[in-house]
Amino acid sequence: MSITLDIRLKRANKVYREGETVSGVIVLSCKEATQHHGISLSMEGIVNLQLSSKSVGVFEAFYNSVKPIPLISSSIEVAKAGKIPGGKTEMPFEFPLHTKGNKVLYETYHGVFVNIQYTLRCDLKRSLLAKDLSRSCEFIVHSLPQKAKIVPAPVNFTVSPDTLQNTRERSSLPKFLIRGHLDATNCMISQPLTGEVVVEKSDVPIKSMELQLVRVETCGCAEGYARDATEIQNIQIAEGDVCHGLSIPIYMIFPRLFTCPTLETTNFKVEFEINIVVVLQDDHLITENFPLKLCRT
Amino acid sequence: MAAVQWHSCERNYDAELQRCRPVAMPVEFGEYHPLKPLMVTETKTRRGTRKGSTSSSSSSSSSAPPDPLSSMLDGTDPLSMFASASATETSAMSHISSTGDLGRKKREKQEEVVGSDFELWSSKRGEILARFTTTEKLSINLFMGSDKGKGPNPGSSAVSEKVRTRLEELDDLEEGSQRELLNLSQQDYANRIEELNQSLKEAWASDQKVKALKIVIQCSKLLSDTSVIQFYPSKFVLITDILDTFGRLVYDRIWTMCSDPRPLPESFTLEDVNDTAKETCLNWFFKIASIRELLPRLYVEAAILKCNRFLNRSGIQETLLRLTAMIRGVGDPLVAAYARAYLCRVGMEVAPHLKECLNENFFDLLTTFRQISGENVQKQLVVQRVEVPEYVTLYSPAINWILQCIAYRAAESLLTEMMERCKTLANNAMLLNSIMRAFRPEFVAARATDFISMIKDCDESGFPKHLLFGSLGRSLACADPPEAERLTILNEAWKVTTKVRSSQDYINCAEIWVEFTCRHFTKREVNTVLSDIIKHMTPDRAFEEAYPQLQSVIRKILTHFHDFSVLFSMERFLPFLDMFQKDSVRVEVCKSIMEVFIKHQVEVTRDPVILNAMLHICKTMHDSVNALTLEDEKRSLSRLIIGFIRMVSFGRDFEQQLSFCVEARAIFCNLEPVLVQLIHTVNQLAMETRRVMRGNHSRKTAAFVRACAAYSFITIPSLSSIFSRLNLYLLSGQAALANQCLSQADAFLKAAVGVLPEVPRSISVEGKLRSSESFLLDFINNFLATLLVVPDHPEHGVLYLVRSLLNMVQDYTWEDNSDAKVRIYISALPLLAAMSQETYLYSIPNMDSNETLYGGDPKFLSEINKLCETLIGQILDHLKALTRDEDCVRRQSVLAFSLFGVLLAHGDLRNNKLSQLAINLWNLSHKHGHCETRVSVRTLEHIRHQAQQPNMAHLSDTVQRLALQSRT
Repeated sequence: MSITLDIRLKRANKVYREGETVSGVIVLSCKEATQHHGISLSMEGIVNLQLSSKSVGVFEAFYNSVKPIPLISSSIEVAKAGKIPGGKTEMPFEFPLHTKGNKVLYETYHGVFVNIQYTLRCDLKRSLLAKDLSRSCEFIVHSLPQKAKIVPAPVNFTVSPDTLQNTRERSSLPKFLIRGHLDATNCMISQPLTGEVVVEKSDVPIKSMELQLVRVETCGCAEGYARDATEIQNIQIAEGDVCHGLSIPIYMIFPRLFTCPTLETTNFKVEFEINIVVVLQDDHLITENFPLKLCRT
Repeated sequence: MAAVQWHSCERNYDAELQRCRPVAMPVEFGEYHPLKPLMVTETKTRRGTRKGSTSSSSSSSSSAPPDPLSSMLDGTDPLSMFASASATETSAMSHISSTGDLGRKKREKQEEVVGSDFELWSSKRGEILARFTTTEKLSINLFMGSDKGKGPNPGSSAVSEKVRTRLEELDDLEEGSQRELLNLSQQDYANRIEELNQSLKEAWASDQKVKALKIVIQCSKLLSDTSVIQFYPSKFVLITDILDTFGRLVYDRIWTMCSDPRPLPESFTLEDVNDTAKETCLNWFFKIASIRELLPRLYVEAAILKCNRFLNRSGIQETLLRLTAMIRGVGDPLVAAYARAYLCRVGMEVAPHLKECLNENFFDLLTTFRQISGENVQKQLVVQRVEVPEYVTLYSPAINWILQCIAYRAAESLLTEMMERCKTLANNAMLLNSIMRAFRPEFVAARATDFISMIKDCDESGFPKHLLFGSLGRSLACADPPEAERLTILNEAWKVTTKVRSSQDYINCAEIWVEFTCRHFTKREVNTVLSDIIKHMTPDRAFEEAYPQLQSVIRKILTHFHDFSVLFSMERFLPFLDMFQKDSVRVEVCKSIMEVFIKHQVEVTRDPVILNAMLHICKTMHDSVNALTLEDEKRSLSRLIIGFIRMVSFGRDFEQQLSFCVEARAIFCNLEPVLVQLIHTVNQLAMETRRVMRGNHSRKTAAFVRACAAYSFITIPSLSSIFSRLNLYLLSGQAALANQCLSQADAFLKAAVGVLPEVPRSISVEGKLRSSESFLLDFINNFLATLLVVPDHPEHGVLYLVRSLLNMVQDYTWEDNSDAKVRIYISALPLLAAMSQETYLYSIPNMDSNETLYGGDPKFLSEINKLCETLIGQILDHLKALTRDEDCVRRQSVLAFSLFGVLLAHGDLRNNKLSQLAINLWNLSHKHGHCETRVSVRTLEHIRHQAQQPNMAHLSDTVQRLALQSRT
């Protein structure tokens, strides 16, 4: 007497915005008619905060106080106790995405210490003898477009031994000169990060050039805060000793789910940075850091 | 039965002929005539003028009565009905397909961009694999899932960093994917790659998309490894195969996702693509965008470039340009060049109209060229012990391909631009070579002089100049440079070519330039070129290694020089032929020359230069025949030699022609068909002489025709085929008779009779063993017909040839149960009857036959009659014996009827006995009901008809007595 439960959203990409209606169907399929004690469907959006292990010691007292922040929650009863006919049954549903009060629906974000997640959960209750069935399905929320218009401002940079900050022995460094620019540091999340980098000269051949996308998550409240930077992805843009004087494109697509518009709330912050990393063949590592401001339009 | 006295009926051949002729009857207008519908009805108006003509060639006008055939078929013909029905059906079908499948039109449009003249990658593939090989050991380094930790897998926050890495390690171990294969031979390597290709397909089929992607990523990562650099081009070919497979799989999968209700047309628009498919496609691109390493990201995205069609209109173009720029990040120039080649290849497949990215690629490639001399590359070459020239050639497949894509149907101005760029790069030789090969020959030809000066200026390092001239020559072979420059071009090119040391390199280059020389210059220049080739190829027998090229030189000369007197007047042509010293090649070359000769020599020739040379060539072909030569080969050689012999004519100089035949016989003694042809030629010569002399030979010409006869007479016995011998004896005998060479003719005919007993009972015809009987009968009948005009030899008895033939027939061992002998007897009767006439049916001008010699001498006639009696007796004996069984009875009936026919036609039936015999034979043939009634009826009708002729009244009595068999 098997029965399967599934939630299917109408939109293939599962992306919704505040004010829209999440719609779809619950699909029940079983071989023969089945008795049940009611089917319910709930929608939930929460922010999960976590402290990194290194911060735990310091903020032990505070650790427990980090509670999930609910963003939206609602529930409906889809069907009262009764019988499902054999075969496939589809039950359509709709949830309006409206918040109560002045709460804002943050954009879905999967991070290390901050997670913003929206789920639909369907429960099918059954008699004591059979286990209850439940199925959950994540959907993605994109925040509303920001009203302020973004003016892309190119950022030029030059890297040479003289511009480096935390070096131990400046004298032992090989000579090099790397120029470049980013087309913008306030980026639209749906558009790639672009720019150019040119190796003007380098005494030691270059081994690799990489773009490192870093998330900076801050959790905290009045008692203090924890700030951690972790890598999201690392994209190689040059391999081997590239031709000097030839501009190499900087190009990175912001990964979905793992990035969101830069977020700043009273309890937590999510920010992003980009590192341009140049590795020389003698394993010198040169990093140039740029904070980014992501937004959605 | 007592012997039957034979009486030939007297014939008046002229009168009979007159009777048999159809009577011309004028056709009155309006009368029925089968050809009438063809007549133009307009003739009505000018009836008087056209009256005489029975038919008109004018086409029928509309008022002509309908053709009975066409009226029958009009409309209701079932066949044409079907045909028309199916025609409408097909048109309807094509209509459906044209409306339903808009894609075809689009595809055709695309094909316009890439036509069949674009050399496809698949054809280059094998060439590259064969060319770039290595004996060094290779290694494959696969780290499945190694980028997992670094990749975008921040995963669930619930698990700590440490635990996560542990888990990943476990995963990796489970897959057993981290492995390094060392010490692979080239073949092992190719096999491994093929295995990967298979496992990619398997993974895909079993829905393990992630595994499939991992395989592809790992494979493309191998392309950044340039250890064993000589093998790199081949490695590129092998690995891009996998990428192609992957690209196809992804595209097809997304395509099928969209074709749920009905298949997606080839030229779908964005609206046709459903959301799920778009999302899947987008997922692939996001996944690929997060690949850590540059090269795999590049290659995999290029592999699924086509999928951009599902997402947006301009995606392909943007992606191409972006990827082109991305390649700049690849440090190793060789790796980058091949990445560009791959991108161009994919670009040409998916969007051939986008030329922009191709050009970008090429210009970037030029910019990075200086890296080759850079420290990094040089260091690598030292470590791998690879010389710079060898290293440079590794680029050629990639550059050739890119340039081919760029130059494909490109404008001329692009070539100018390329040349300029090439100049700024100090005329890099390899680049120049690729440019010359890629652009259209006409463009190159127009700038040949510029190219030559560029070739001269370019640095020799790594790329020998003769290769450059080879490429230039190849272009000039298909397109013509300006007329004024041609000689300078040839001189310049040959100056370099002739200095090439290695004979192999030399001939490769020279062979190409022969085409140009032949196209534009006279025999003098070609002769010079040939002598230069001889000079280079003779030392150390270098020609032995270069037969294919030398053959190609000959082929090229033959396509341009069809005048053989010019060809053979080139001093060095025959010495050139002497370089072909391997028998098989030599014969091959001779055959090709002969083919051209037969095809293009229209007029007969007596030019001694041609004759000598051709005889030499034919002799070479003939001498290659040995015991092991196949029949087919002999046949084709004979055909060629015969073709030559037929082309030889000395006009009125008949003696010379004969002596040529004598010479030819000596040379071609091993090829029977050639000898047969020679005999025919000589016989023809004799007849030609007769024609020139108008039948009256002078002493000199008489001697000549006798010489001809002698030639045939001594040549014929050397033939092995018995029937060719017989037929030639007969033919030559006829020719001799016609030329009043009586003794020669006698000798021929006697020889033929002498040969007859040797005829085997079965001969092989087209490989099958068949009874020779029918051939023999045919021949003897033919022979008998000739005997009518052969006068008796004064020293031999009357009709000695006929007698000896009949004797021979009697002695010949015929097949058991065969009527052949009797049939010959029956057919000899008409001959004898004809001989007893006062005037013969035919005779040879200026020649007395028996009619004149004997003048109807009664003795002669009685001899004939005696002979006939014997024959009839023999025939009747045979008939009597044929009673054994049903089969014999049928044969008896047939033979009896044919003898009856002979009697009727040639015997004098006024004679009672003969007439009685005829009636008996008629009855015999009808006795057992094996006669065809229709034939009997027709025969009776014929006799009744004959009976109405004057002097034939007696036949009516006979008819009375011939009873038709009643039908049972």
